[in-house]
Amino acid sequence: MENQEKKPLEKVCMICAKGSLEDVYATLVMANGAVMEGIETKVFFTFFGLDGITKKSMNHLHTATTGNPAMRMPGGLPFPTMLGGLPGVESAVSGMMRKQMEELDMPPVDEFLEMITAGGGEIYACKLAIDMFKLKKEDLSDEVSDILTIGQFYEMCDGDRTQIIFT
Amino acid sequence: MAVQTLAGTQIQVTDDGYLEDMNQWNEDVAKEIAKEIGIELTDKHFEVINYLREKIKAGEALTIRKVGKSGIVDIKTLYKLFPKGPLKFSSKIAGIPKPTSCV
Repeated sequence: MENQEKKPLEKVCMICAKGSLEDVYATLVMANGAVMEGIETKVFFTFFGLDGITKKSMNHLHTATTGNPAMRMPGGLPFPTMLGGLPGVESAVSGMMRKQMEELDMPPVDEFLEMITAGGGEIYACKLAIDMFKLKKEDLSDEVSDILTIGQFYEMCDGDRTQIIFT
Repeated sequence: MAVQTLAGTQIQVTDDGYLEDMNQWNEDVAKEIAKEIGIELTDKHFEVINYLREKIKAGEALTIRKVGKSGIVDIKTLYKLFPKGPLKFSSKIAGIPKPTSCV
């Protein structure tokens, strides 16, 4: 007989490199979900993903209304790309997405980060991207515990029941 | 589905140990489930548990965010009370179904 012993995940390391509403939330939902399951959780934000942990932008993330083939009108009809480019459309769509998430008890980004760290999850920012966007530690959410190089982050991702997820 | 003897009574539980019928629950059952998980229940635990049971009776979906805003505990304390399973373990001890929410 094969050995059927289960080997549950012990650590999840996530890398978020994109800054749209859905990319950041996908990362936050997965990170929070891991913390709630008792899995050690570390999240590394880099490039445009930094918008998700920058005080000024984190609660005002947007979703792409152009170049997004999965975009639909509220009734399910295709969303014309031309429409997505009109002034105000993108912010209305992003606002609507945020409202629908709020109905499902998904918190704003700042509160979501607090939920993750409250359970022991750790949030990091990428040094290279911080330098590139000319940001400082003070610009970031207080939940960010450190600014690291990717090498330092990988060092934290040791262990044979560890997974790295790139969102 | 299985039958488990908890606090001297035969109780229907799911494969992962959640009560099938929340009316079969009492404080002794809670204590015994908690012991299996490795949690010693205090009054604060029971405050959370009773809150969860009320919400489920009212047909509301539970999230740790909602518990955090209940005024009973903040999320950090909730994690301290139920380490590694703030919603999962508290629901199990409260005798309510396994949580289906992702937040």
